[in-house]
Amino acid sequence: MKHTISVLVENEFGVLTRVAGLFSGRGFNIESLSVAPTLDPSVSRMTIVTRGDDRILEQINKQLNKLIDTIKVTDFTGQEYVEREMALIKVAAEEETRAEVLRIVDIFRAKVVDVTPRSYTLEVTGAPTKLDAVIDLLKPMGIKELVRSGPVVIGRGQ
Amino acid sequence: MKKTGSQILLECLQQEGVDTVFGYPGGTVINIYHDIADYPIHHILTRHEQAAVHAADGYARTTGKVGVAIATSGPGATNTVTGIATAYMDSVPMVIITGQVPTPLIGNDAFQEVDIIGITRSITKHNYLVQDIKDLSRIVKQAFYIARTGRPGPVLIDLPKDIQVASAKFEYPEKVELRGYKPTYSGNARQLEKAARMILASRKPVLYVGGGATGADASEDLLAFAEMTQAPVTTTLMGMASFPQRHPQALGMLGMHGTYYANMAVTNSDLLIAVGARFDDRVTGKIASFAPHAKIIHIDIDPTSIKKNVRVDLPIVGDLKDVLQKLSVTLGERPEELAAMVDGSAGWRTEIADWKSRHPMGYQASDTIIKPQYVIEQLRELTADDAIITTEVGQHQMWTAQFFSFSQPRTFLTSGGLGTMGYGLPAAVGAQAAFPERQVIDISGDGSFQMNSQELATLVQYKLPVKIAILNNNYLGMVRQWQEMFFDRRYSETTMELPIDFVKLAEAYGATGLRATRPEEVGEVIRKALATPGPVLMEFKVDREENVMPMVPAGAAINEMVLAS
Repeated sequence: MKHTISVLVENEFGVLTRVAGLFSGRGFNIESLSVAPTLDPSVSRMTIVTRGDDRILEQINKQLNKLIDTIKVTDFTGQEYVEREMALIKVAAEEETRAEVLRIVDIFRAKVVDVTPRSYTLEVTGAPTKLDAVIDLLKPMGIKELVRSGPVVIGRGQ
Repeated sequence: MKKTGSQILLECLQQEGVDTVFGYPGGTVINIYHDIADYPIHHILTRHEQAAVHAADGYARTTGKVGVAIATSGPGATNTVTGIATAYMDSVPMVIITGQVPTPLIGNDAFQEVDIIGITRSITKHNYLVQDIKDLSRIVKQAFYIARTGRPGPVLIDLPKDIQVASAKFEYPEKVELRGYKPTYSGNARQLEKAARMILASRKPVLYVGGGATGADASEDLLAFAEMTQAPVTTTLMGMASFPQRHPQALGMLGMHGTYYANMAVTNSDLLIAVGARFDDRVTGKIASFAPHAKIIHIDIDPTSIKKNVRVDLPIVGDLKDVLQKLSVTLGERPEELAAMVDGSAGWRTEIADWKSRHPMGYQASDTIIKPQYVIEQLRELTADDAIITTEVGQHQMWTAQFFSFSQPRTFLTSGGLGTMGYGLPAAVGAQAAFPERQVIDISGDGSFQMNSQELATLVQYKLPVKIAILNNNYLGMVRQWQEMFFDRRYSETTMELPIDFVKLAEAYGATGLRATRPEEVGEVIRKALATPGPVLMEFKVDREENVMPMVPAGAAINEMVLAS
């Protein structure tokens, strides 16, 4: 089962490798990982998407907590949360497909952030499933390059 | 007044009460070595950095204090790796200080540069690269705190040369502030109540004790709790010395080379109380058949140990001393129920006594050839109760666990988790440095001994009167035993063809060498060694193909033991 875990860590030298190394060293899976400082510059937040059964998730949770640099671990599974991911997509836009690409942009409330005679670069934000849908629709036109940020999440309410 | 980085480091060590350090100088720690002479810190120069770390480990295991080792950058640092991993697996409190190339050179593949922080990340409890001299005293303070609190472990500080040279005002922080590190010491009251009810309801309880009991200095509390419940006590290799092995409730070791009755007791128990143990694969054998009828209470300071390998019915996170004391109090408040439980488990004690008498620990004695087990028994017989025993890894280690009836905590130093050959001799250096007046014996095999035999020089130089007992079978005996039992007796690369004259080797270093080739010489050699001042190496030419029995084959259930024929 997929789990999205948010980890507050000390914004210290090498903390990313501590977390990444923990996952690889113990054979845990990382589907995506994003990291950036929080409002407090001494603290960073990592959002990790991982998979595993209950026993593995319990170990992931405990092992993350065991790291000295870890301040708080939250598994959002089963909680109310907002999840967003961004993708930058460079898609081929020849004469016959330019209009179709723009229609898809419109439908998904994406943005065109760069234009060349033969391509558009799109910025799409939303739940990861929405990004999957856009990518599926654009594939037939020819995706030249795709960059996804990995999801970030925030709890609902308060 | 300003001090240099190397002086600040030494001031910090003094503040932490460090009296002895083990190490090896080199280019990037030369400043520390220059200044150390000005401080009342005894430095022991080992002959290899791995040995320095094992010695600090031996010092820590015997004293309970944080052991300290120093090594230079590059190869000095990589040589510490096995020692650090050994300490990490066995939860030994240690601080390792490595020199590093100057900060502007880091990342440039400078001479003797390695990323030791990256290399040791997974084998330390935490590690630090000091990037600013202003952080140095805080980092040292934190390193010692992290090493000795919670589940103890090694912490490495990588100290670049330019920071040792730089200067700053020295102030030792009074408090440690680590918002991400707050070990749980006090057992949860509701969990304790549940545990008490489970214990009172049990009729076939077993206490399964690991190295955590030593780490928590909980031996007395364990004994009190065990006697109160009358539950039999089996220990892991790491837990052996935390419970007196001649106590009527002692079942000895469990697992792969455990006693028949310990493994039978665990398999048939209705309640297994794990005390500072982590259900290692050498203990559990086949997980699916481990303690199949038992509810499991797991008491441990480290939450990650719980439910890692086996299902647990009741986890209790906390300091063992605290938890065992509280459990004893809770049970003591219910004398009638406790009496009913103790009476109700009389049949269980009879069952265990029956297993004990049917398959006691033993071996085929001989009056023509030296049995290795006999040497262990003689060593027990002739040494003091508080003698400190270290071992290497292999058959001799298992025989020591099986036949040396330990009676006092912190007297058995052995590499349990990592299984590091070459651990015992340098660990004995550390133990003897900590306790110059006590007997310290390294029980070794001929294979393991050669992994760190250079430390004979350290013993002689510092007049450390360690006694070494080599059980020489000219084999890598444990691997040979596996080859005999599971690989058609093809003794591939396990025969130590070159017969080394260990007596001469000892003499070459300026130590005393003694040899026994017949059973009647064993006691005599041990007596003579113990009476001889300074380090003595005893070589015992033992039965070459003696096996460690019983044995649970890898992957089998622990009640499916191969017993001695």
